[in-house]
Amino acid sequence: MSAREWRAALLLAWVASAAPALAQPPSAAQGQQIAAQGTPQGVAACIGCHGAQGEGNAAFPRLAGTGQAYLQAQLDAFADGSRRNPIMQPFAQKLSGTERIALAMYYSQLKAPFMPADTASPTPDDAGAWLATRGRWADQLPACAQCHAPGGSGVGTQFPPLAGLPVAYLVEQLQAWKAGTRPPGPLGLMPAVARKLSDKDIDAVAAYYADSAARTAAPAADTQRKGQQP
Amino acid sequence: MNVEPKDGGAPTPRFNGLAVFAGLSVTAAIGVAIGANVMFERSLGTPVVRQASQVAAAPPAGTASAVPTAQAAPALTWAAIIPAVFTPPPESAMPGGDYGKVIRLGEQVFMQTGKYAGRYVGNDLNCASCHLDAGRKPDSAPMWASFIHYPAFRSKTGKVDTLASRIQGCFQFSMNGKAPPQDDEIITALQTYAFWLAKGAPVGTPLPGSGYPKLKKPTQAPDFVRGEKVYAQNCALCHGADGLGQRAGDHQVFPPLWGPRSFNWGAGMHQLGNAAGFIQANMPLGKGGTLSEQDAWDVALFMNSHERPQDPRFLGTVEATRKKYHDDPSDSMYGSTVDGHVLGAQ
Repeated sequence: MSAREWRAALLLAWVASAAPALAQPPSAAQGQQIAAQGTPQGVAACIGCHGAQGEGNAAFPRLAGTGQAYLQAQLDAFADGSRRNPIMQPFAQKLSGTERIALAMYYSQLKAPFMPADTASPTPDDAGAWLATRGRWADQLPACAQCHAPGGSGVGTQFPPLAGLPVAYLVEQLQAWKAGTRPPGPLGLMPAVARKLSDKDIDAVAAYYADSAARTAAPAADTQRKGQQP
Repeated sequence: MNVEPKDGGAPTPRFNGLAVFAGLSVTAAIGVAIGANVMFERSLGTPVVRQASQVAAAPPAGTASAVPTAQAAPALTWAAIIPAVFTPPPESAMPGGDYGKVIRLGEQVFMQTGKYAGRYVGNDLNCASCHLDAGRKPDSAPMWASFIHYPAFRSKTGKVDTLASRIQGCFQFSMNGKAPPQDDEIITALQTYAFWLAKGAPVGTPLPGSGYPKLKKPTQAPDFVRGEKVYAQNCALCHGADGLGQRAGDHQVFPPLWGPRSFNWGAGMHQLGNAAGFIQANMPLGKGGTLSEQDAWDVALFMNSHERPQDPRFLGTVEATRKKYHDDPSDSMYGSTVDGHVLGAQ
């Protein structure tokens, strides 16, 4: 090794020891650590609001089993201010890009708190269930389940679960898309959907998904207990 | 990227005038769409059918030639001449009792075909994958239009098909499965559901919104490379970069567009005219009509330039099968060479 190569190797070693976050690729383990302990830069532990296993808590949405690309896009949007939220924005701004990726990896890999099922035979008089499972094609409005899966369990990395999200959270997001205050997301699909929903529609479909834990075969509490085992 | 028309060049003009129009029309009629766009086009002319379904949404621009008095009072004139899109009865009007049970079974088969008719299904599609809104949506081969169209002569089979035999074809080709017997409860349920949806529709009368829209011939010949870009930007989010769709647990949520679990080379959706019409009117889901017609043609060609299950009428060689069933390079990629691979050769 030449002197020049030695210097380069030493520099690399120094960088690696001084700034491990820069040298290491993001990992779910790193995300888990931030989720449990927060960061020295002042980011609070995620589990404080989102639950020990990302299962959500009261008004705070569930994260477990939500697609990585979606979670990462949300953290990035909170960080750059395009998605507004007084609680999440300051935290996201204090996270590095690597840390945001690590958190998205970690939560996407957690088991969903339950696997929801759709109402077996929705009837048109159940407005929420009908919109969720059949949509309203007279307005070119697809059913939620056509992209978010039956029961709103979520699909792949871009289509988040809806099942069991807090009703107020769901209403707020749909209203934000309708008003144009939440970033449009891939293909602008959600603003196009939300603009076709009345306030009443939004309340009904939010209630449908918020209640979906009650329709699941496996009780949520049971799965959570299992999830907490080391 | 190398896409060779299977004739080795531009299709040679083998017909002239009316014959070409009729030939193209017949070709587009074959296939997935149970409803028969084309029959209507023969009698009404393409522009009327296509635009009628858009009257509610858009002013009838460029339709003056079809309707001479349009300039004077376009809205009134159009309302008077073009019947409104047929509206099937609302779900809440579905009858109860033993009869209603069969209608409901038909609807369930339609929505979750693998679950309710699994023994006849060989892929991960549902009827509703291509017939949107449970077979109700205009411009998506709605079932109410199918019901009033059959029995009809089809060049695909060379005979008069009943609705039952037409549905058998869906299972054989679009569902890549096997045809249920005509008196099977599945066929009965689907026919009963279609009958109920068609309540009040005029039998044998062409209705706007039937079948898939027949787009104008594209300005530029459909192109794989352009289609690939359209696909990446508008389709891959849901159907995946690999075209295999996406699943959530046991559920196929986004249907596979090609590959072993999609429709086979005998299905109508493998024909560029059908696919382009469906895509332009309905894709991306909920944003139908946003892709340009050129984009729709290009992405239809891209989609149908991938391998899929063999045509069940396979005659032993791709060449022979192509010659007998797919001898129109402007509508079928079967037998064409894409990237050194002969489509249909598996």
